[in-house]
Amino acid sequence: MFYSLIFSITKVALAAFLDARHDSPSLNHLGDSMAGKKKQQDTAGMTQEGRFYSAERLHAMHDMMLYIRRFEEKAGQMYGLKKIGGFCHLCNGQEAVCVGMEEAAEPTDYMMTSYRDHGHILARGTDGVAVMAELLGREGGVVGGKGGSMHMFDVEKNFAGGNGIVGEQVPIGTGFAFASKYRDDKRVSITIMGDGGVNQGAVYESFNMAALWKLPVVFVIENNQYAMGTSLIRASAETHLYKRGISFKVPGIQVDGMDVLEVERKMAEAIEHARSGKGPMIVEMMTYRYRGHSMSDPATYRTRDEVDEWRSGRDPIVRLQKQMIEAGLATEAEFKQKDKDIKKEVVAVAKAAEAQPEPDLSKLWDDILSDEVPNAYPYPRQVG
Amino acid sequence: MSKITYREALNQAMCQEMERDNRVFLMGEEVAEYNGAYKVSQGMLDKFGPSRVIDTPITELGFAGLGVGAAMAGLRPIIEFMTWNFAILAADQIVNAAAKMKYMTGGQYDCPMVFRGAGGAAARVSSQHSQAFENWYANIPGLKVVMPSNPADAKGLLAASIRDNDTVIFIENEINYGDIGEVPEGEYIIPLGKADIKRVGKDITLIAHSRMTGYALLAAEELAKQGIDAEVVDPRTIRPLDEATILASVAKTNRAVVIEEGWRFAGIGAEISARIMEKAFDDLDAPVARVTGKDVPMPYAANLENYALPSVAEIVEAARVTCNRA
Repeated sequence: MFYSLIFSITKVALAAFLDARHDSPSLNHLGDSMAGKKKQQDTAGMTQEGRFYSAERLHAMHDMMLYIRRFEEKAGQMYGLKKIGGFCHLCNGQEAVCVGMEEAAEPTDYMMTSYRDHGHILARGTDGVAVMAELLGREGGVVGGKGGSMHMFDVEKNFAGGNGIVGEQVPIGTGFAFASKYRDDKRVSITIMGDGGVNQGAVYESFNMAALWKLPVVFVIENNQYAMGTSLIRASAETHLYKRGISFKVPGIQVDGMDVLEVERKMAEAIEHARSGKGPMIVEMMTYRYRGHSMSDPATYRTRDEVDEWRSGRDPIVRLQKQMIEAGLATEAEFKQKDKDIKKEVVAVAKAAEAQPEPDLSKLWDDILSDEVPNAYPYPRQVG
Repeated sequence: MSKITYREALNQAMCQEMERDNRVFLMGEEVAEYNGAYKVSQGMLDKFGPSRVIDTPITELGFAGLGVGAAMAGLRPIIEFMTWNFAILAADQIVNAAAKMKYMTGGQYDCPMVFRGAGGAAARVSSQHSQAFENWYANIPGLKVVMPSNPADAKGLLAASIRDNDTVIFIENEINYGDIGEVPEGEYIIPLGKADIKRVGKDITLIAHSRMTGYALLAAEELAKQGIDAEVVDPRTIRPLDEATILASVAKTNRAVVIEEGWRFAGIGAEISARIMEKAFDDLDAPVARVTGKDVPMPYAANLENYALPSVAEIVEAARVTCNRA
């Protein structure tokens, strides 16, 4: 009973976000802007840079960003209590990238990233309980407790990780785009990396092939200015990362990654570029992580002033709240209530996840091979 | 049956599987317009077109990873490495991605693909182009490692590898590409994980894979002249290993020599001899012997290269010692 109640609350918030995406006329980025204009007349909302956002959709985007923020805070707390083990990379501050990007994508588009993946999989619509259960190493985790924080996957949501080796997901994402072109199914691969990952050689091998073969991939660089503890200027000769594709004729744009609406707009353009057969595009998202690289990182390599400047001056959630209040689409009291509700929801999510058992020991032997070979060493389910 | 080369047999297997399943494609350096660096993909571009037979830039890590993504998305890539020496550049994608993807995703994503190319020593190409890496890959859960020793096996095992739902490391041998043998025409499949007894004997078991199987057969001829009747077992699949066939042979002969082209330290011979010791200790009348490549980088000079590789004479000698006939 208790469980199902929690699930239903969680699902409501997620469903609102996902439904808003499906119903939204502005999601129709394969053409038809007329539909958007028509809807504008009879729906409350606001227009930015000529793009209309319904109130419902704005609320959904806001709620998902806030949900990710509170979820990550909860994860940080659970880590402090030693309930989450290993490496844990939080995305506080980067929520607009997760949500704006998802907002621009189709659910059938592929998405994959590195190990800072909680926000992205939540934005994709994966159940928060399953994500939290994975963090806790429980049976009902998204990958059954085999991966933990760094390896979130959801094949039904077309979310392909969750990859732990910096830059590894970039050729893989290019491969998803290859498959899309091979089958001509018009799906775009949204392949995300950080400002650290972008220095890996595999990235340039991928840029080259993607451009050569006009693969439908959007390479997203989440530039949060620090690769672990190394600032961008100490690691990159060219710090304008959107220019990194120039030698490969991959066009790039820079986006304010603290503005969910700008993220949505620019991503929609990039996705349309890829989907229409023009090949890859690079989108550099200027963003910032409020927390350290991982839970063991006190982030002494940056000043408090710098962090405060981003936190208080450019926070993506506060920014959207202000815009919505100014447009008369919400009130401060409403947002306060939402925050209370979402915090409660996240507490319930954590409780539900924690109540799950650890995976059965027999699971150790599952999922190594698809076609097991009987009577050959190493035997399935046996050592020695 | 028809007499064709090892490379033609590989070509037949790929064509057979690409005709059967349009998810299968071949990608690698020089596979299309050049018809393959070793001509294994001769004529495939003409047959299947540039969308399924794809020349890549020289970018092993990139196209290996592209293959992993394509496999996760539901295609069945055959990724050719010109040789396995160059695959080291792609090790991250093979080891950290392909091998673990099924496990790490809780079974959500499969990685059904074949990485294939020439392994082992070629001729006079020195240290960086003459290496046997099967023990590296055989160490890793999630990978299958397949190594054919003759044209018929090349065809049957490659076809099975392409149909397999896991990631298969398929290591050919450059010296064997021109070998001619009887190969079944039409669809031909050899299940993975099944060893083959290449010569029946009763006095000693010679266990050898890839190019060394031929050496073991030559050694067996020589041993026969000396009154020793050797059985030659070719595992064909290194991982999973058909331990049962090896143990049954040792139970019959009570003696074994394991032969491999690669280095001795933590090699395939080390694994197989350990398995025999663990499971067939009471069957043994003598310690298991190993004949391996010498523990040095491969030199260029003809005499040094020859000396660095296992020889038929060394196999004969090891067998004689094991049979107390030295």
